[in-house]
Amino acid sequence: MDPNPKKPNIPTPDSAISNGSTHSYSLVPDEVLEKVLSLVDSHKDRNSVSLVCKNWYNAERWTRTNLFIGNCYSVSPEIVARRFPRIKSVRLKGKPRFSDFNMLPRDWGADVNPWVVMFAKVYPFLEELRLKRMTVSDESLELLAKSFPDFKALSLSSCDGFSDDGLNAIATHCMSDLFPFEESVEVAQIMVEAVADCNSEFVLRCREISVSNVKASSEEGRYSTEKSMVSFLSRFSTSWTYSKVVLLDVSFLEHEKRNLTELNIQDNGTEDIGGGWLSCFPDNFVSLQVLNFASLNSEVSFEALERLVSRCKSLRVLKVNESVNLEQLQRLIVLAPQLTELGTGSFMQELTPRQYEDLEISFRNFKDIQALSGLWEVTSLYLPVIYGACAGLTFLNLSEAALQSVEFSKLLAHCPNLLRLWVVDTVEDKGLEAVGSSCPLLEELRVFPADPYDRHHRHGVTDSGFLAVSHGCRKLHYVLYFCRRMTNAAVVTIVQNCPDFTHFRLCIMNPGQPDYITNEPMDEAFAAVAKTCTKLQRLSVSGLLTDLTFEYIGKYAKNLETLSVAFAGSSDRGMQCVLEGCPKLRKLEIRDCPFGNAALLSGLEKYERMRSLWMSACNLTMKGCMLLARKMPRLNVEVIKDEESDDSQADKVYVYRSIAGPRQDAPPFVLTL
Amino acid sequence: MEVLLEINDHDLNLKATELRLGLPGSEESEKQSSSCVKNNNNKRSSSEMDDPRLNGESGQESDHTPAHKAQVVGWPPVPPYRKNFLKKKLESEGSGMFVKVSMDGAPYLRKIDLKSYKNYFDLIKALENMFKCTIGGFSEREGYNGSEYAPTYEDKDGDWMLVGDVPWDMFITSCKRMRIMRGSEAKGWSCM
Repeated sequence: MDPNPKKPNIPTPDSAISNGSTHSYSLVPDEVLEKVLSLVDSHKDRNSVSLVCKNWYNAERWTRTNLFIGNCYSVSPEIVARRFPRIKSVRLKGKPRFSDFNMLPRDWGADVNPWVVMFAKVYPFLEELRLKRMTVSDESLELLAKSFPDFKALSLSSCDGFSDDGLNAIATHCMSDLFPFEESVEVAQIMVEAVADCNSEFVLRCREISVSNVKASSEEGRYSTEKSMVSFLSRFSTSWTYSKVVLLDVSFLEHEKRNLTELNIQDNGTEDIGGGWLSCFPDNFVSLQVLNFASLNSEVSFEALERLVSRCKSLRVLKVNESVNLEQLQRLIVLAPQLTELGTGSFMQELTPRQYEDLEISFRNFKDIQALSGLWEVTSLYLPVIYGACAGLTFLNLSEAALQSVEFSKLLAHCPNLLRLWVVDTVEDKGLEAVGSSCPLLEELRVFPADPYDRHHRHGVTDSGFLAVSHGCRKLHYVLYFCRRMTNAAVVTIVQNCPDFTHFRLCIMNPGQPDYITNEPMDEAFAAVAKTCTKLQRLSVSGLLTDLTFEYIGKYAKNLETLSVAFAGSSDRGMQCVLEGCPKLRKLEIRDCPFGNAALLSGLEKYERMRSLWMSACNLTMKGCMLLARKMPRLNVEVIKDEESDDSQADKVYVYRSIAGPRQDAPPFVLTL
Repeated sequence: MEVLLEINDHDLNLKATELRLGLPGSEESEKQSSSCVKNNNNKRSSSEMDDPRLNGESGQESDHTPAHKAQVVGWPPVPPYRKNFLKKKLESEGSGMFVKVSMDGAPYLRKIDLKSYKNYFDLIKALENMFKCTIGGFSEREGYNGSEYAPTYEDKDGDWMLVGDVPWDMFITSCKRMRIMRGSEAKGWSCM
């Protein structure tokens, strides 16, 4: 899937023989090869394996069960279907990341439907589907719900396009109906034996049964068309059928495990979706392990939710939305003390002392809880109810709770084992000092702005807060930090304290702002990050930056894979340095920088080794983009036309490698050059 | 530093004397975002256009509201799903702000949702469309002079105010209902 141009350093069978060696890869029996390969999980390793020789390519494609596609347009459903016949789990990503910030017009694309249609035909045993930044219509969800008897996990992250109806379908069809499937396999087995025995009577009988059952099951709506059922049946090979018969016997005994275990909806947009879907889970559905609807606006039926939680004894992740109040939360958590991750609902409710006490006790009863989130509208009065659950907590997500430094510090004193912490900048530098002193094991910190458009002139956090964290949390390797001011000196010290950063995302919110003490550009800061943090994989830069920053990044950031740049740089040279320098660069996203056609064209071959390039509000022209498209035919060069901009400028450009050719579904405002 | 501040004062004065609705800078967000791009070679001026006071001093809070910050699309990169949270924390609660609008001489009243407009300009245009009248432009000194109509509103204290004096955000939270005054009453009134 990911054409890795690095040739593996392995001798070919021919050279092995000519070397006089008795080992040749063609002597490894296929079954052994397949067995070994079935243990290889990483898709990067599998891509390398598939490049060794034709045999290995084939063995790999027959044994791959997990599919990862980082850009849905880099390949087409047909190509995937041809290459990989046995996929059970799919991870698919669509829109470029800047779509999260309203930079992509509506209806840009990344519709999952053609993929679901293909999966229904080619991967009837699909178990997991995880989508990110894709448009998912209700029709797609309905097709998904009805097409896969083994389906277990659905995860929708930053997706849009669906409503209550689609989720209804998922909930309604969450349990598989085993028996017709068992019968069909039995019939196939008998058929095979009959053919071997030349028993034409039995063969005909089996065929009659099958034909009538094909019609019956397609009426059920299980498969989308009769044709797909037939092609599905044609995939039975002898050994595969027998192996399925054996598995069927085993899994019949584990009936529950064949049903939905995960429904995970994250970071959904602000669309209003009804809440009726939750009531659609059947009363005998008990297998749910993960339920996350925290980001949905739906008002769900609490009675239905309570019943669901009470009968799903394996539930380990429960993240509800704001519509669930404290009293209701209490009723839920007494039913599920086994939870490892809890997302509460709204904390805005007046509690009697008795209710408060009950809640406190319930939180203390969590033996295995590791992650806590939600906490909408929590106040200093009720925050202490959660203290009892904090000792073993490794992930605390306070990004929906605008805490002040005092109550935040008190809370942190109870959380010594935190590894990941997300907060809002209302805790200010003082709060971050408490992080430094209370959470020595911290590995990840994200600080979100309460007031990003600076309407209320809150202080937020500054360089001193970040410094304080770096002094106390030496294991810090992931940071996302929104602030209004920063200094070079602070960043230099921070990376000396924490040289293991793999993800460094610093957002100085005022575009092009210099070091607030020296008034110098922030070049020195990011140079230090690039030089000191040798494991750096992801970097977001901000503040006043000249080309010098990019020279340093190109020179030192040898492991950098993702770079985000905004309002920075002085000339084409900046972008050139990055394109010529960072060997592992996969994603480059740029906005509002003075990079023009010369910069764009300096990366010709590089773009084929990258997943994608995004450039908006830079100095690109249509001519430059067309030149790129002409020189590199295996890249899709797409320009998103803005009504107001003039025709020769290319305001939003998205470039990505693809073996599927230009998009077939591009809307009129997307021009593929 | 002083020289730069002077230049900014100049800028603000020019904008303040312009005859248009809304605060200086509040309509200019799109224009300013594109000028941000063009001014990339001179970073100081683009950030100063945004908020001179913030850059000039080292962290002192100003007492009065500075010029309304130009809002650039998609910046800062805070994802939209967090916007629900922000709206609730810092601004007034309420789903939609429907207020009654009466016009002198009209047989019945209308209702509009103040939250569906971004600024005074859009609001006035919508009112002109709805009532088929011309209200025209606002100036601090002369109100809607030159027009037969003057849009007014009743605020939280029960006083009748001329539309356009206060920042848009403040207006939508304090407006309880509106009345488009007409004729000599309006003319005389707006000259005060």
